[in-house]
Amino acid sequence: MTATKAPTEPPSTPRVVRRAGDRIFAGSAKGSGIFILLVLAGVAAFLISEAIPALTAPAEDIPGGEGLASYIAPLILGTLLGAVLALLVATPLAVGIALFVTYYAPRRIAAGLGYVIDLLAAIPSVVYGFWGLAVLAPALVPFHVWAEDNLGWIPLFAGPASTSGRTMFTVGLVLAVMILPIISAIAREVFSQAPALHREAALALGATRWEMIKMAVLPYGKSGVIAGAMLGLGRALGETMAVAIVLSGGAGATLNLISSSNPSTIASNIALRFPEATGLGINTLIASGLVLFVITLGVNMLARWIVNRRADFSGAN
Amino acid sequence: MSTSTQSPVRVAEDPRGPIRPQRRLPRYAALGLYLAGIALGAALSALTGFSIALTVIYGVILGTLAVYVGARAVEGRRKATDRLVTALVTTAFAIAMVPLVSLVYTVLDKGLARFDAQFFTNSMFRVVGEGGGAYHAILGTVIITAVTAVISVPIGLLTAIYLVEYGSGRLKRAITFFVDVMTGIPSIVAGLFAFALFTLLFGNDVRLGLMGAAALSVLMIPVVVRSCEEVLKLVPNELREASYALGVPKWRTIVKVVLPTAIAGLGTGITLAVARVIGETAPLLITVGLITGTNLNPFDGRMATLPVFAYYQLTQPGTATQAFLDRAWTAALVLIILVMVLNVVARLISRLFAPKTGR
Amino acid sequence: MAKRIEVSDLNIYYGNFLAVEGVNVSIEPRSITALIGPSGCGKSTFLRSLNRMHEVIPGARVEGKVVMDGQDLYGADTDPVDVRRQIGMVFQRPNPFPTMSIYDNVIAGNRLNSKKMKKSESDDLVERALRGANLWNEVKDRLDRPGSSLSGGQQQRLCIARAIAVEPDVLLMDEPCSALDPISTLAIEDLMAELRDRFTIVIVTHNMQQAARVSTSTGFFNLNGVGQPGRLIEFNPTEKIFSNPDQKATEDYISGRFG
Repeated sequence: MTATKAPTEPPSTPRVVRRAGDRIFAGSAKGSGIFILLVLAGVAAFLISEAIPALTAPAEDIPGGEGLASYIAPLILGTLLGAVLALLVATPLAVGIALFVTYYAPRRIAAGLGYVIDLLAAIPSVVYGFWGLAVLAPALVPFHVWAEDNLGWIPLFAGPASTSGRTMFTVGLVLAVMILPIISAIAREVFSQAPALHREAALALGATRWEMIKMAVLPYGKSGVIAGAMLGLGRALGETMAVAIVLSGGAGATLNLISSSNPSTIASNIALRFPEATGLGINTLIASGLVLFVITLGVNMLARWIVNRRADFSGAN
Repeated sequence: MSTSTQSPVRVAEDPRGPIRPQRRLPRYAALGLYLAGIALGAALSALTGFSIALTVIYGVILGTLAVYVGARAVEGRRKATDRLVTALVTTAFAIAMVPLVSLVYTVLDKGLARFDAQFFTNSMFRVVGEGGGAYHAILGTVIITAVTAVISVPIGLLTAIYLVEYGSGRLKRAITFFVDVMTGIPSIVAGLFAFALFTLLFGNDVRLGLMGAAALSVLMIPVVVRSCEEVLKLVPNELREASYALGVPKWRTIVKVVLPTAIAGLGTGITLAVARVIGETAPLLITVGLITGTNLNPFDGRMATLPVFAYYQLTQPGTATQAFLDRAWTAALVLIILVMVLNVVARLISRLFAPKTGR
Repeated sequence: MAKRIEVSDLNIYYGNFLAVEGVNVSIEPRSITALIGPSGCGKSTFLRSLNRMHEVIPGARVEGKVVMDGQDLYGADTDPVDVRRQIGMVFQRPNPFPTMSIYDNVIAGNRLNSKKMKKSESDDLVERALRGANLWNEVKDRLDRPGSSLSGGQQQRLCIARAIAVEPDVLLMDEPCSALDPISTLAIEDLMAELRDRFTIVIVTHNMQQAARVSTSTGFFNLNGVGQPGRLIEFNPTEKIFSNPDQKATEDYISGRFG
């Protein structure tokens, strides 16, 4: 009886007797999972099928009269402009907030502070729109004037400065506030998971708190922050109501952040035009929605891929 | 700004001689320096015509600088950098508080004007100026959210059960990945999906409460799956084994042991998922639309919902502009209250229904 | 009620890994059989294969035969759920259901299977099972308290009561005392001696004194090295194993000598 002897014949898996209840329950659980995959496929399929008329229509029938590409292009520009601005503002802030909550705030209130930040995520986007329009936009008008005077040589701040503050710049800040909790939630999670062993090793070497964070926490949390930023980017790209309410858009392609003529974004354009759209107009809007879907899908898949890759490497925790 | 929590590090006997006592800023010196910086900022802002915003901006910058310079002079470069980062990180948190406080204050300030009985008991039917209310919209939101939950919770919960209890291999990985991806679908795209689906099924110009619920379900299902999955994973395997060992089939074990054990977490997760979709506007805007009267049947025609109501009151005011704006802000206030109540309920559920573990 | 278990040529796999190899043994009714051996030698795996609990782990499977009074436990038409109803199990760590009271924990086997019972019937069953587990006097005034409110030793006896309430023929115990203090251990050992009249008991233990104290027969599992399958080296009456074992390896293990 040698211990490592391989079985002489491939062992047959015994037929598993399963009860009707088990079969039904397992089947419906599995069915639900498959249904979700079908829904996602359905989202793509139905969008494509309703977008086809716009894809095949002659250019002059598309609203604007210059074809689908030149209809959507400025919208894509506006979408990216607002989202990237939001990302640039929100990411450093979110990292700071996450560090504050995980390593700087007094232990007793840290959890409560984290919850307060999460509240930012709970506020409906339409309310952000209200606030952006009524509070933030007027408050930023002086900054717009200042930026035109002092930063006017940068194309982004070429002006003329908007007198209402309903600009891409304001939109970027509103979006930044909205994605702040998303990025900081993920950053908080990865920062708090930084191995205690490394942190204590750093402190034992006489490092200050910041040196400890630089040595042991930030390298560990880097990919998590990147993934969180990507998720925030996805959210900012698709945000609809806040942009629709705050931005006075629809003025073609421009990089100017502070003037009163701004490109619209895909999502807000749909929300503003859809209720009155008919016929090919609807198909055109759905085609633009398809573009948005593809962009956000790409961004989110990339983000999830980064997160999952990180999870594979941190198996030791 | 006071970071005087570090205690002096004790090190074993060092050949380089005894440890010299650290030169440290006194406990309140850092705070004092910071306040001095802020005072300087206020003065600077007064020079150019006083404004609160500039005072705060100058003050925070100068205060941070003052602490850094002070620490640099007394404690050295490393300590000063540490204090600088502390100030920056704290400032970051404070900056995030500004919009939250400002937003809540504004909504309360403007929303309380029409926070009266009429708002909750009247619809906008035949109202063109003042008066009227959001009765129809509140009921519409409740109904559509309820239908959404009825669709999403079983599918989401069953999928979570599949992932935790049954799933394996490729299908499990695919579902996990795409559920994650689905959480990032823009809400407007979900609305377009529901529109395209129902247009294909029922022809053009169809508008139903059910369409809105379908769109919201696309947004809610992945949230339910993720939170339920996390909770089910926390149920100890020992309990499943104990049940199997009593001759209980797997499905009964899940229904009668696993789910009851996880009920608090499940309730919390589902409530938060409801809170997530109850304020969604964009998908409802293009699928359900808005009416002025009360329609409580999600299977027939347009319905009013609170977010869409608020949006149109703000952006398309009629002749009595102020009345429309007041209604818009009150609707926003009610919406925030709904979301906050759901958040509090979620916390209460997790506290009240958590199983009593004596271990 | 107690039944005989015959195991022949049993191989147990996790995926392609052969964990236990070639077990042949006959476990007598109304006896306590102890399984001893070093960690990782497959005794728990073997125990779990007796009531098909190991199948809970994905990829686990067996070859060979386990027959209980003529019934092939791995037969094509045998439902593992039925097997587990006839062969109960008590685990290493006490695991009462946290959502249930003491009362409900005892009748969980019936409740969870939605068996209809009159109140008087279930009251009788609870008292009988708790008396059987020597726990009745300690908990009879607080049956509606959560099961997790008991001490560790009481919880383990509650789990035993829960197992015997479904009236199995065989009771498997997987290191039932390893998480308990000596006094609770003694209580469980006394209980086993009483239960022996009604059940076939198989117990895995790391504690050789315990095996010597409670069991009638003892099986010694061992493995030749890491990555090798565990095997049943010797199976004999407990007295013989501890005084005059047939195998050198058994003697080395019992006397604490390894080589």
